[in-house]
Formats: sequence, structure tokens, C-alpha cells
Amino acid sequence: MKHKVTRAAGTGFTHLVLGGYTLLALFPILLVIINSVKSKDGIFDSPLSLPTAETWSLVGFEKVLAKSPFIHFFGNSLTVTLVSLVLILVLGAMAAWALSEYKFRGSKLLAIYMAFGIMVPIRLGTVSILELVVKLELTNTLTALILVYVAQGLPLAIMILGEFIQQVPKELKEAARCDGVGEFKIFFQIILPLIRPAVATVAVFTMVPIWNDLWFPLILAPGEETQTVTLGVQQFIGQYVTDWNAVLASLSLAVLPVLVMYVFASRQLIRGITAGAVK
Amino acid sequence: MQGNRFIRTALCAALLAAGAAQAGNLTIESWRTDDKALWEDVLIPAFNKKYPDVKVKFAPTAPTEYDSSLQTRLTGGTAGDLITCRPFDKSLDLFKKGYLESLNGKPGMQNFPESAKVAWQTDDGKSSFCMPMGAVMHGFLYNKKIFTELGVQPPKTIDEFHKVLEAAKKAGKVPLALGTADQWEANQIVFTSIGAPYWKGEEGRKALIAGKAKFTDPQFVAAWDEMSKWGPYLAKGYSAQTYADTQNLFASGKAAVVAVGSWDISYYNQNAKFEYGAFPPPVPKAGDKCYISDHPDIGMGVNPKSKNKDDAYKFLTWLGSQEFADLYTNKVTGFYSLSNHLISVKDPVAKQMLDWRKSCASTIRLNAQIMNRGEPNMENELWNVNSQVLNGKMTPKDAATRIQTGFAKWYKPQQK
Amino acid sequence: MKRAFPWHIAVFLAPAFLIYTAFSALPLLDTLRLGFFTTHDSGHQTFVGLANYIKLLTDPDWSAGFWNAMNNNIKFFLIVMFVQNPIALLLAALLSMHGVRGAKGYQTLIFLPTLLSVVIIGFIWQLILSPLWGVSEKLMGFVGLADYFQPWLGDESSALITLSLISVWQFVGVPMMLIYASLIAIPDEIIEAARIEGASSWHIFWTIRLPLILPTLGLVTILTFVGNFNAFDLIYAVKGAIAGPNYSTDLLGTFFYRTFFGYQSQIGSPTMGAAVATTMFLIILSGVGVYFYFIQRKLQRFAF
Repeated sequence: MKHKVTRAAGTGFTHLVLGGYTLLALFPILLVIINSVKSKDGIFDSPLSLPTAETWSLVGFEKVLAKSPFIHFFGNSLTVTLVSLVLILVLGAMAAWALSEYKFRGSKLLAIYMAFGIMVPIRLGTVSILELVVKLELTNTLTALILVYVAQGLPLAIMILGEFIQQVPKELKEAARCDGVGEFKIFFQIILPLIRPAVATVAVFTMVPIWNDLWFPLILAPGEETQTVTLGVQQFIGQYVTDWNAVLASLSLAVLPVLVMYVFASRQLIRGITAGAVK
Repeated sequence: MQGNRFIRTALCAALLAAGAAQAGNLTIESWRTDDKALWEDVLIPAFNKKYPDVKVKFAPTAPTEYDSSLQTRLTGGTAGDLITCRPFDKSLDLFKKGYLESLNGKPGMQNFPESAKVAWQTDDGKSSFCMPMGAVMHGFLYNKKIFTELGVQPPKTIDEFHKVLEAAKKAGKVPLALGTADQWEANQIVFTSIGAPYWKGEEGRKALIAGKAKFTDPQFVAAWDEMSKWGPYLAKGYSAQTYADTQNLFASGKAAVVAVGSWDISYYNQNAKFEYGAFPPPVPKAGDKCYISDHPDIGMGVNPKSKNKDDAYKFLTWLGSQEFADLYTNKVTGFYSLSNHLISVKDPVAKQMLDWRKSCASTIRLNAQIMNRGEPNMENELWNVNSQVLNGKMTPKDAATRIQTGFAKWYKPQQK
Repeated sequence: MKRAFPWHIAVFLAPAFLIYTAFSALPLLDTLRLGFFTTHDSGHQTFVGLANYIKLLTDPDWSAGFWNAMNNNIKFFLIVMFVQNPIALLLAALLSMHGVRGAKGYQTLIFLPTLLSVVIIGFIWQLILSPLWGVSEKLMGFVGLADYFQPWLGDESSALITLSLISVWQFVGVPMMLIYASLIAIPDEIIEAARIEGASSWHIFWTIRLPLILPTLGLVTILTFVGNFNAFDLIYAVKGAIAGPNYSTDLLGTFFYRTFFGYQSQIGSPTMGAAVATTMFLIILSGVGVYFYFIQRKLQRFAF
């Protein structure tokens, strides 16, 4: 009996903490979305209340959608993030496999060389990167952004994936080799499926900074054709900073697609992160 | 470097992507994100009436990122054909590094007086590198409705100014809309503006450059002294109030007075639902001469790496025309063309500010010329120090000492 | 056969190696090189040896700014470290308990802010904390604390703390997920065995689960360290590159930005900036070195 009471109290406490924190995590976002559909007076006079018939207004959205190609920006961000992500994961896993599986002269050194990128923000090399991009005639292309993000994401990917690859039981590989399976086949058919959970971890870690980066779009691809959502919103806010309807609407527009995507992908994402553990 | 070339070739082959070269088009670099619609809807169409086959694109970057991203794009060779120039040393530095063409003798330049060109010239005055576009002025706007309610007049002296603020405070209004979160206002539209009457404008500025006056002299300390008294008249939480907050606050009709630059007029024309007027920085004593900060702020230069210089110069010639001067002054309200053409200003408040030139002496922002060249950078220092004085975190005397010490550290004439 | 050139290794390594070298390593090396040069007015650069570093560390104008940024950065890191990670641990521990209903939902929602751009986060919080909009003040008013509201972002003593808490708010989901993943990776048998012996959940957590996830906590620590000493975006989005009031929110990232690119009338110096960048690199490197040589080695012993 007593056990049951403590149990219930424990559950209550758990939900209180988790629920409380969830509320805290959501409140700012909800506040922005709620106020983005209100009139200016509504925003200022009663920021905390839901829109009423009186204060309901979509003027901010009308302005934003009329003044900037948001959908297009969103497409750019999506392309850059997804392509970078796939390249980081595939190339990173290949390199991690090579570095942890084959011992050759200089392999340790090479591993250290690749690891340096974790510690140094790639932003410190901006000027040289830009010069290179100009020489390759890649300015204002999404390709330039993808290349930089791949270079930025690889070191961490190689490190995390490498750790996982080392945990793959030796017997598996040796058995395959004895059967005369080629090295490429071993990697793509045995190793890659085994390290899937790590792949998901890396995906989360590399995707977020790419999606949210302001710096490289600003320097390498500021043209309207190639603007990403983050840059687009930043420029838009700079331009309409005093127009709260427009600002809140543009913030909402930047947040909503991420929310929608997240709703669909979160299950995969979280399952991915924890997949290796759930037996 | 064999390996390097290999890498590049490999990447090229692998990616097969090429940036398209854009001949026949002009891109304008600018920090005036606010004016994007005006350029697209008014200025560029007007230019295209004369030159229909030149496609112009106005590509502004937010003011805070403009300088760094422009610098990077210039270094990388990807900057636009026309470059909007900050006044004085910032653009001079670009010119010295070869990022701006010399504009000596280019058509259109003859339409500007020497006093305007000086903001974009080498120190010896021999080379010009940007065409002057516009000047801004600084002062105060006041809410006419509130002033009528309070029964006060626009103040002429500092005493009157304080009386107005006091009256507004008693009536429960925000006396003065001004914040220090963004810091720059504290220098560019407060210190260098309200201080001018104390240091007598150009006289004080030139004395500093000549090494004949110091920031610790009473005429400079007095300006900080005045600012240190403003705290009680600002809105609650003003240390976290951004410039945009300030604009919203005055436009909402809750504040009696706001410290502004003339560019603010176009914002308040659109957003304030009441009548407002302008007054220049109050003078220390009745009968003193008034001084205004009247600052060449914006110019236009040509990128030497432009692939389309002919069209860039065509555009620049048009920029020096009467038509542009008129459009710019009257459509981009609050920016005053710097050309010799006679322009009539149509906006009443903008005209009111421009008319200050008749009764007051003009000066540029105190530290704009030469003083910003050293380390520590005086502009950054002034932003910081002035905000702190307004925040009540630094005494006027300490402010003066800090600026003077930094200045004397690298500037020879101040080291005597 | 054994001596043949191992083509497969080259194929596995080459793409990653080439992209990383061209777009990260070489540009960064170029930055290191630049740190030994100085820029003249005309834009050309000459070799000056260690002069930039000596200036950075001994010239009061530079060293004061540098150490201020350094101190702020340490504070920023410590606040994030000791607020974010304990919260993350608590949330992860609660989530990993058996039979918590809606755990997936909580997880999903708490992780959400991580996905949003720092620019957007900075702006949202600036609005929320704005004294003019008054949202925070009103909210505090509901619990009778309205009088305690301060313009936290504008006050020298609280701006940095406020910003680090915003950072915590945004990124707590990352360590939470990592810790959660390693908590549920602990084999059930170990926990069951302890439970059969009559150990309480609390006891199990402290004596069994926590030691087992120490390597993950180590990873979280080092990621927090590297992330925070590279921090830039949030400060830049909220306070600008001049990181006011009175440089109280200046971090190494913003300090580097001002030096490298200049700000307003301050002329940027790629060479001096490169020296700052290199110094940042050395700081991060030594931090990571300390971690790998001392902490990780010890932790390995507990690893399973």
C-alpha cells in the first residue's frame, strides 16, 4: 500500500517536471505564433491572450508572403541540409571505417588530422574558403554551401561513427572475409546497417547547425536565388524590425515548416538515436 | 602546389557546377534594407526610363552585417558593381586597398560642392572615390498633441528642455524615447548631436584633430554631463530598449520627445497617428548660437572588379543628376541630397529640419574624420561609453578620461 | 596480394579527405599562416613573426578586450555546463524510467527548440524580455513577482547570465537525448538484478546507472566546451558584434568577429583576426587535450 503511494507521488513528480519543462520549451514559440495572427493593438495590449474576433489579423503574413519568396528560401534550406547530411553520413562512415579497420602507415596521423576539425570552427577560415569558392566559380550556388557544410560536419561524424564501428564484433567481419566477401560489400552490407543508430545521432548533430547557419549563406550565397530560410528571415527582420506584425509572422513562417517536418520525422529521429539500445 | 591543383580539378569535375557570369546587369551593394522597396519601385524604374537595357538589382545587407560581408565579398571578388559607401575612413580604407575606383573627373561629380565630396576623399583631397548621395541631420521630434496638453513649447535652451521633460514626467508620459540596448544611438544621434552646441561644432572638432583641445576639456565633459541627467526621463528598462523599441514607443504616442536622425521621419510618417514637429539640439544658454550634426552619410562608388563598368558609370552619372537628387530627397524622406541642384523639400518635418541650416551652424559627427583610425577604435569606444553614461554606470569625467586616453594613445598631435 | 596497393582504403578515404582538406584544413592553415603577418593600409601583407600575439597578450588595448572575452567565455561555459547538463540528466533520467506515459511526446517537444535558428531564438527571447512589450513582467505579475522584473538583457550584471540561460533553454535537448540513449542502453538484467536485491530506484540510479553513463557525460562535457568556446551567433543576434553593455557579453567569437571583419568604423584586420583565431584554437585544443588525456582515460575504466 505504502509502496503504491510513493509510486504515485513519484509519477506525479515525473510528470510535473517533464510537463513543466515542456511548457517552458514551448511557451516562447507558442507566444510568437499566437501573436503573429493578431492585429498590432492586440499584440501590444494583450500579448498573452489568444486572438479574439476583434484582434484576429493576418496582415503580417500577407506582408511577408508578398515581400519575400519564403517557400523558395525553404526549398533552398531543405536541399542544402539534406544533401549535406547524406554526404556527411556516407563519406564519414566510409572514412571512419577505413581509419578504424585498416591499419596502414600514417593511419593514426590521418585520424588525428581529421579530428582537428571538431575543435576549430570552420568560420575561422572564411576568407580562404571564399577565395576557393570564387576560383571554382561556385559563388551564389548551393553547391558551395554543401561543400563547406560537408567539410564542417565530417570530423565529428568520423569520430562518432568510428567509435561505433570499433564496437562491431570482429567475428562478423572475419567470417565475411573468410567467405571471400569484398571489402566494399562488407562495408555497405554488413557495417553500414549495423551502425544505423550512430548514424542517427550524427544526423541530429550535423543537421541542426547546417539548417540554422547564418554565416556561410551570408558570405558565400547571399543572392536571392540561393538564400536560405535563416538568412531570409534575418534580412527580413532587419528590414521590418519595427513592424511587429511582419516580424512575428516571419518568425512563425520560419518556425512552422520545421515544426511540421519535425512532427513527421521526430519518431524516426528519436527512434534512430535510441535504436541501438532498444533491444 | 601540385596537390592543390589536383584537388581543385577533382572538385570541379565532380561537381560540374558553374556560377553564371552576369554581364549587362548591375548589382548595388547597400546597407539600406529599409529603402529596398523605394529603390525597386521608384529609383530603378526612373533610371530605366533613360537606360532601358541596363538591369539594376538593389541587393542590401542588414546594416550590422554590411561592412563585414562587403569586405569579404570584395576580397573574394564577388561584390556587386556599385558599392554604397560609408562616409570617411571606412571607405577610405577600401579605396586604399584598391576596392573602389577613383572617380576624379567622372561625369556627375562636378555637381557636388567640395564640402560634400570631402567625406569620400583622400586626406590630401586629390582623389575622390565615392559620389555623395545624401546627408542626414540629427535632433528631436516631439508629439504635438502631448505638447499642447502640457502647454509647453519646443525648447530652445537646455533649461527649457529639462522643464519640458519634467512636465511630461509629471503628466505620466514617457518624457524621452531613447534606449541603450543597441548602443549606436547613444553616440550617433545623442552625443555627437546634443554635444555640438557645447564644443561649438566644427571649431571643437577641428581643435581635437589639431591637438588643441582634449576630450577632458569642459566643453566636451559638459555634453556627457547633460546626458548623465537623462536617465530619469527615459522609459522603464531603457537599458534593454532597442532602437526599434524606441520607434514603436514614440509612434504609439506614449512618449513626448524622441531623439532622432532625419531618416526616422519616413518611419513616423507611416506609423505615427498624431502630428509631430522637430527641434534642434537645445543650446546651453539663451542667446547661444545653435549647432547641428549635419552629416554626409551615404555615397556610391564603383567596384574596380566590376564586369560592367560602362553601365556602372552610366548609373553614377544619373546619380549625379537633378532628377535623382529630387527623387532621393523627396522619396527617401530624411536623406538630403548633397548635390548643387536646387531641390524643394516637400515633407513638412523634413523641411523643418533642413531649415535649421539657415539658423544653425552645421558640423559632422564629431569622431567621423581621422579620429576613428586608431586602436582602440573611437567609434566603438564612444558607443560603449555613451551608453554607460546614459545608463548611469559611468561618470562624465570617467567617460572623458577613457576616450581621451584611448585617443592620445595613437594620435600624435594629442600626445604633447 | 598483401603488398598490392590497397585501393579500397583510398576509395573509402579519398572523398572525405579531399573535401575536408580543401574546404576546412587548408583554409584554416591559411588562417594560422596569416596570424604571423600584418596588413598594411594598401592591403598587402608582410611577415612579422609573433608580433600579433605579443600585441594581443601584452598591449593593454588588446589584452584587456581579450581577457574580458576570455573571462566571459569561461562564465558562459560554466553556466551552461552546470545548468544545462544537470537539467538534461534529470530529464533523461525521468524519461528513461519504466512506464512513464507520454515519454516520447515530452522528448519530442523538449528537443524542439534545438531545431530552430539561433537568430530566431535570439529574437524571440528579446521580444519576451522586452520591457516595452511587457510579457515577462505580466507573467511574473501572475505570481506576484512583477516588481522583480528587470531589463535583464540590458543590465551589465545580468546580460551574460541571461544569454547563457537562453542558450541552455535552446540546447538542453541535445545532452538530454545523448544521456537518454545511453541510459536505456544499460542492459535490463543489471537493473533487474539490483532490484531483486531490493535496491530502490534512487539507489540504482546513483550506484549503477550513473557510473555506467559517465563516458556519455564526458562526451557531453567536451561537446559543451567546444560548442561554447565557439559560440557567436546568439550574442551576435541579440547584442550585436559590440556585445554590450560595456562588452559584458563579449565572447571570444564576437571578439574575433570584430577584429577580423571590423565593426562600423573599426577597420577589420585579417591578420590580427587570424592571431585571435589561432589563440582560440589553442584554447580549445588544450581543453580537448586535457579531456582526452586525463578524463576520458579514467572514464574508460567504467565503460562497459
